[in-house]
Amino acid sequence: MTEYESHDFDVIIIGAGGAGLRAAVEAQAMGLRTAVVCKSLLGKAHTVMAEGGIAAAMGNVYPEDNWKVHFRDTMRGGKLLNNWRMAQLHAQEAPERVRELEAWGALFDRTEDGLILQRDFGGHRYARLAHVGDRTGLELIRTMQQKAVADGLEVFMELKVLRLLHDVDGTVSGLVGYWRPTGGFVVLKAKSVVLATGSVGKSWMYTSNSWESTGDGHAMALWAGADLIDMECVQFHPTGMVWPLSVRGILVTEGVRGDGGVLRNSDGERFMFDYVPDMFRDETADSEDEADKWYDDHTAGRRPPELLPRDEVARSINSEVKAGRGSPHGGVFLDIATRRTAEDIRRRLPSMYHQFKELAGVDITAEAMEVGPTCHYIMGGVRVDADTTAATVPGLFAAGEVAGGMHGANRLGGNSLSDLLVFGRRAGIGAAEFAEGRQGEISLDEGQIQEVIDAAVAPFEREGGENPYDVHQSLQETMQSLVGIIRNGSELEDALVKIEELEDRAANISLAGGTKYNPGWNLTTDLPAMLTVSKCTAMGALNRKESRGGQTRDDYPMADPEMGKVNFVERISDPSAAARGVGGTPSVRSITSQPEPVPVLPDELRALLEEAL
Amino acid sequence: MAEEIIHSDQSGEVTMRVWRGDEDGGEFVEYVMPAQEGEVVLDVIHRVQASEAPDLACRWNCKAGKCGSCSAEINGRPSLLCMTRMDTLPFGETVTVAPMRAFPIIRDLVTDVSYNYEVAKRIPPLSPRDKTQDEVDAGGYRMAQIDVERSQEFRKCIECFLCQDVCHVVRDHEENKTAYAGPRFFIRSAELEMHPLDTNDRRQLLQEEQGLGKCNITKCCTEVCPEHIKITDNAIIPLKERVVDAKYDPVAWLGRKIRDRTKRTAAEAAAEAPSSGPAAVLPPGGVVAIPQPEGNGTGIPVYTAAPAAAVDVPPADDDGS
Ligand SMILES: Cc1cc2nc3c(=O)[nH]c(=O)nc-3n(C[C@H](O)[C@H](O)[C@H](O)COP(=O)(O)OP(=O)(O)OC[C@H]3O[C@@H](n4cnc5c(N)ncnc54)[C@H](O)[C@@H]3O)c2cc1C
Ligand code: SF4
Ligand code: SF4
Ligand code: FES
Repeated sequence: MTEYESHDFDVIIIGAGGAGLRAAVEAQAMGLRTAVVCKSLLGKAHTVMAEGGIAAAMGNVYPEDNWKVHFRDTMRGGKLLNNWRMAQLHAQEAPERVRELEAWGALFDRTEDGLILQRDFGGHRYARLAHVGDRTGLELIRTMQQKAVADGLEVFMELKVLRLLHDVDGTVSGLVGYWRPTGGFVVLKAKSVVLATGSVGKSWMYTSNSWESTGDGHAMALWAGADLIDMECVQFHPTGMVWPLSVRGILVTEGVRGDGGVLRNSDGERFMFDYVPDMFRDETADSEDEADKWYDDHTAGRRPPELLPRDEVARSINSEVKAGRGSPHGGVFLDIATRRTAEDIRRRLPSMYHQFKELAGVDITAEAMEVGPTCHYIMGGVRVDADTTAATVPGLFAAGEVAGGMHGANRLGGNSLSDLLVFGRRAGIGAAEFAEGRQGEISLDEGQIQEVIDAAVAPFEREGGENPYDVHQSLQETMQSLVGIIRNGSELEDALVKIEELEDRAANISLAGGTKYNPGWNLTTDLPAMLTVSKCTAMGALNRKESRGGQTRDDYPMADPEMGKVNFVERISDPSAAARGVGGTPSVRSITSQPEPVPVLPDELRALLEEAL
Repeated sequence: MAEEIIHSDQSGEVTMRVWRGDEDGGEFVEYVMPAQEGEVVLDVIHRVQASEAPDLACRWNCKAGKCGSCSAEINGRPSLLCMTRMDTLPFGETVTVAPMRAFPIIRDLVTDVSYNYEVAKRIPPLSPRDKTQDEVDAGGYRMAQIDVERSQEFRKCIECFLCQDVCHVVRDHEENKTAYAGPRFFIRSAELEMHPLDTNDRRQLLQEEQGLGKCNITKCCTEVCPEHIKITDNAIIPLKERVVDAKYDPVAWLGRKIRDRTKRTAAEAAAEAPSSGPAAVLPPGGVVAIPQPEGNGTGIPVYTAAPAAAVDVPPADDDGS
């Protein structure tokens, strides 16, 4: 039997990104004994990388803006696959959440009359993104971190959670994990648990995501019996860096296009004019002249096609490259140099300027950037109740990128940071209320705890097995080439087979060097989640025989109205009975995927979608 | 449709000398890797992990200079591993990578930076003024861009702690850590002092508990800051001035405020700082004795601070704002 340390709380939040910290601050303010757990140091979560801004219809720049327009934009951007109630709450509450950040110390850029300045982004009808240059995520996370510290919140840093634990009646009641610095095991007991674990991008080769984005929360929820939805809807951001190879995938903020940057092919053409879909034709400019007027005055012309929703732009770039009109390293050109003064560029986009200068040796005030699609965000995630963020197993809540439904088939830029704040707060309340109402002593299953610990250290007893980095690389190659931006049935079927093979390889990893701060071991414990999430994405993608938002099939290139009425739901019906895969987790072979109806939009909200606002 | 995976060309080799060990000691180990175009030091470390040393410990998150996780000393200079391009280092020479020296070693390149998280807890948080009626109606505070820019500069900080690492006050004197906040937290205090909404007064605290007087303006911190924050000129020197005002001339300090507002005394401000319970729970054994990798005969190049100019009080003509 392996020793472990244990602690007891009312509410535990897994994740210290924007969603997790916002949830924790709320639960703690309600008087509950609250703790936050994160894999990295406090303040380093993926949220720190967000650049462009937080979408909220505050109307500081365009007084015409209001929650109804924001709701409409979000639903249209999501191709109506969204959970409408989440989209509604999000649009209604985001402005208040942004103002609250300001009272906690955030310093956003200002309008002439001293209010929070808002910038344009793709798919948003009005300039709506509150921002600080191009480092908004840093401002958000630092503000929340400082608030958490001021409130005396307990944070367990560099503690990797392996599995959720449940009580005899099946209620989620805690977790088991290990300290990365020491390798020591830890059990945290809680009356409710919030997942705020972020993204899944590290299963792809070229991604904007940090190493932490391994889908742990998605997988842990599934292993605990919860439902996941829309896992096939993965957002490939149109503009990632493409060269040098070492930085391939690193994000180039949409703010570049919002601030006037345009996309050109190798012939120098603004090719986006050739790719405007019918759904957006009425609101998109049809000449460069008209588009250029819009930047200064949104009533003087219609929007430039460079600011269509991300899925449209990413696919268009892909097509240009395929047609042989790409840039030297397989992307297209993003040009701000000829459109804005050098001083403006350095002031509005300081970190882009530095990023290109230092990593690629490119001066973006003088030359065009080379960009191409990069795996960026997952719309799919844990199926939750919109108002409370409760997952489909009792005691479990989810907020932020790990939750599904809010963004439908495609997320608009800026809608994630606002999502973190709105649903982070709601998760804090939901979990706190659940904890307050929970009766009786919690008893954890000692057998389950030991099983998780034994499985985690098993690779150290094996010799001559696989190298975890090789398995990870094979998974990334599989997902990149077979479950990438454009998919088809036969490749998805190949991917499913490969993922199962990779599960067998991962089960045969051998390690040396002990458990103390051992990255090889850390990666090994991330792999079960990466495999699980990859399998869900590939299954959903195979089942959704249509193209919609973050799912594009070249064998089903059109949207199918019938498919628009369902979410594909992945689950493991009886996790404890399922065959074991890697690290003692339920095997990827036990996951099922089936269609279930999308929540039906009430008539008064449907009317908003059709109104020409 | 199957996407092509691009593999880079290889040309030549690079030799990395990486410090391996823990609190009980260690040594530099050499790894020879094929060179690849455009790489940063972190890329090569990752390739060492993937091939020869899967257990080589190293922190990183974003690989884009945004999170401040990957701090280490490259050829003796405190730097971010992810923002140091291999082609900026002397061509053909061995690259030495060592952990930050001012913090206790956990393993290899990973150090225990909890000192910084402890200092953060002792800084009194923002205490915003009330909204005016106009602001209540407008739905938010009004602040001019020019007034927020001062603090925005400091809020660019990614908490890489390279400035803390290089500052000789703690780098060479472990015992100072209990009474010295360090450059990262001087800019935090400066940010709050210059924050248009704040009403706290932190000057006495800075002088008496955070050791502002121990800083002798060597500017090494500014030199290593990857965010190019002018730590000394824009934060420390103005703070020193304000502290002097607090001691000798509260009226002058008042005159220097950005906005008219009520400041509390240091004692009141300190009482607002959370004092109960740890905000960060450390792993057992996470805090270990400070190692001296450079002093144990391994020959690591030592980053030497510029000769300290013994300035205690900044020039009086600097208006500090
Ligand atoms: C480069 C970039 C730019 C972006 N720009 C924008 C933008 O401008 N606007 C916008 O709205 N969105 C943007 N996004 C998207 C947005 O940043 C993310 O969707 C969002 O930050 C996710 O936040 P989160 O709180 O859900 O999770 P994260 O910030 O990803 O945090 C996850 C947390 O969970 C913890 N965790 C995960 N697994 C475990 C485990 N097993 N054990 C313990 N802890 C665990 C991690 O340590 C971390 O603390 C951007 C994304 C990227 C990558
Ligand atoms: S100026 Fe020198 S002494 Fe002062 S904080 Fe910076 S490094 Fe330390
Ligand atoms: S001030 Fe600069 S060097 Fe210091 S922690 Fe912040 S970013 Fe790093
Ligand atoms: S990994 Fe984030 S700063 Fe280097």
